[in-house]
Amino acid sequence: MDETLFQLWVYLSASPLLWLTATLVCYLIAQRIYGLAGGYALFNPVALAVGLLIVLLVATDTPYKVYFDGAQFVHFLLGPATVSLAIPLYRERARLRDLWLPICVALFAGVLTASGSAVGLGLLLGAERSTLLSLAPKSVTAPVAMGIAEKLGGYPSLTAVLVVATGTLGAITGVAVFRLLRIRDDVVCGIAMGVTSHGIGTARAFQISPVMGAFSGLAMALSAFATSLLLPPLVDWLGL
Amino acid sequence: MIQAFALILACELVGEVTVQATSLPIPGPVLGMLLLLAWLFLRGGVSDRLERTASALLSNLSLLFVPAGVGVLVHWEAIREGWLPLVVALVGSTLITLAVTALVMLGMQRLMGLRGERREDG
Repeated sequence: MDETLFQLWVYLSASPLLWLTATLVCYLIAQRIYGLAGGYALFNPVALAVGLLIVLLVATDTPYKVYFDGAQFVHFLLGPATVSLAIPLYRERARLRDLWLPICVALFAGVLTASGSAVGLGLLLGAERSTLLSLAPKSVTAPVAMGIAEKLGGYPSLTAVLVVATGTLGAITGVAVFRLLRIRDDVVCGIAMGVTSHGIGTARAFQISPVMGAFSGLAMALSAFATSLLLPPLVDWLGL
Repeated sequence: MIQAFALILACELVGEVTVQATSLPIPGPVLGMLLLLAWLFLRGGVSDRLERTASALLSNLSLLFVPAGVGVLVHWEAIREGWLPLVVALVGSTLITLAVTALVMLGMQRLMGLRGERREDG
């Protein structure tokens, strides 16, 4: 490689600027591709952006740690974004008052199903204990799921990957599942989307309608709360 | 913008500190969300500034998951060795959870005689 070019690369790879920029640009490209594909759910922008970045990292032989030094600024915003969910929650307070009981029951069923079915299927197919514990909180938004995995004794960084995969899968399949079940109530769809696929599902739900988005955000917040309360004692009790 | 962001960060900070100090089982950002919600009820509304800042964060929610997703690189070896249980568990659990949650919610609404709202899109 040319000497000046090499020095430029050494400088850039040591600064967070390069990979922070790359994260935003790859996301914009992914969004453009998603738009060109007519918003077809399979071209999920998160999955595309992750794929693009992985190609870049592998091609330049950059370790994830170096990448994350830059990308952490984006990752950090997950915390404030979780706090911001209070606003759509507050806005839907009237409907919440009417629907709190069905929402609570659906939430309880959904949270138990999300963890139970994942751990059950993993167990059935012979996954290791630490993998199962990393899998259990996969339907909860990333910072919360990572905290739960840590408490359970899983790998928080593996959980983060499984969280993104679950979110993407739910965003891709959600609308088809609701259509198959002939469910067209936006509140119901939103709750199911948020419980299953946290923020990535919520982003998809906002594309369909503001109501579905608000209730998906609500369900994401409540399920983060419920899972962190229910899962550790449940895992203890089951002796996993 | 700065004021609103400071309020959001302050809620998260108080949440994190409280969770650390009391070993509550809930994560800091979730407690922060409940604090912000309590604040909104006390104030009786959402200011324009807070509204704008929150919607800037929430409308780009999927971007925020990208760095965590790229972490798949770190676990590549482990995932390649045991990919089948992981893939089946993820896909199966996602579909089951979507269906169970939606059906339970719908069933409860019917049970209580609440009429759901329908989207007008044929």
